[in-house]
Amino acid sequence: MDVKPDIQNPFPGEVHPTPTGGVLVTAIDDVINWARSNSLWPLVFGTSCCAIEMMSTASAKYDWSRFGFEVTRATPRQADVIIIAGTIVNKMAPVLKRLYDQMADPKYVIAMGACATSGGPFFYNTYSVVKGADHVIPVDVYIAGCPPRPEALLHSLITLQKKIKAGLTREQIRMEKPEIPIP
Amino acid sequence: MTNGDLKIKLPEILPSITFEEGGQWLNINIEPKEWLLFAKNLRNNPDLDFDYLFCLTCVDWRTHLTMVYHLESTQYRHTIVVKSKLDRNKPEIESVSQIWRTTDFHEREVYELFGVNFLNHPDLRLLILPDGWEGKFPLRKDFEDPVNMIKL
Repeated sequence: MDVKPDIQNPFPGEVHPTPTGGVLVTAIDDVINWARSNSLWPLVFGTSCCAIEMMSTASAKYDWSRFGFEVTRATPRQADVIIIAGTIVNKMAPVLKRLYDQMADPKYVIAMGACATSGGPFFYNTYSVVKGADHVIPVDVYIAGCPPRPEALLHSLITLQKKIKAGLTREQIRMEKPEIPIP
Repeated sequence: MTNGDLKIKLPEILPSITFEEGGQWLNINIEPKEWLLFAKNLRNNPDLDFDYLFCLTCVDWRTHLTMVYHLESTQYRHTIVVKSKLDRNKPEIESVSQIWRTTDFHEREVYELFGVNFLNHPDLRLLILPDGWEGKFPLRKDFEDPVNMIKL
């Protein structure tokens, strides 16, 4: 419960005080990334027991709203991040792909727990399980655990925030714009 | 009825059944051919009144398959487990979906995962598995799938 927001990285930019207030000097890309990282709306998506831990993280005791993951959205069109909370079976894989495709850019993916990371306990001798959700969609942050504790999920979300603040979105990387420097 | 009472009552309906000790509930072994008639008696006999089938499973013992039916009476609150050995090469048993409607889906699931042929089932086709899985039976112990399965 001692997870704290990233106070090392406050608002990006410098404030130069003037008698009438102040002048802010910053880069607009940094501000956009700062804004994005602090209002990540997760998609309601849970396929097994990790979803119970995810619900716990969203509820009052752990309360991920503190860190900016305010409202879980029931439609992919309004969601920014999809937390793959649970086992992905072969029959679910096309559904997951479609949900990811329907999400608006920029979009982020967290693979929560052993199943979503690698197939986990279903890696061997199973006919129906996808061995890792990254076979279906690209993943930004992986969490270990079966299922991970809420603290681990909060840590992964804060890691995702740091990743967003650090620079390029995946779409920008794909478009190959080397002129944008990584801060 | 207590288990002791059931042990006296049930052989009156069907003398060929045998009992199995050691479980939480009374276990009854039965020949597959006699199952439909016995099931109708369990459901309709006013002293037994097994109106609730709460679990239907199949077990692969490699040498044979065993169908397992868990039955309960919501009126008398007595519970029995009926087991029936099936031939692994030609597993066949009468469907009881006309007696307990819930077994419609349960039997379809056992059909797709174990390949048990339920005779006189109204709609015996795949339940959860996608098209093209007919005849593969993934919950059998000797199931092989070199494409999707990593053996250990």
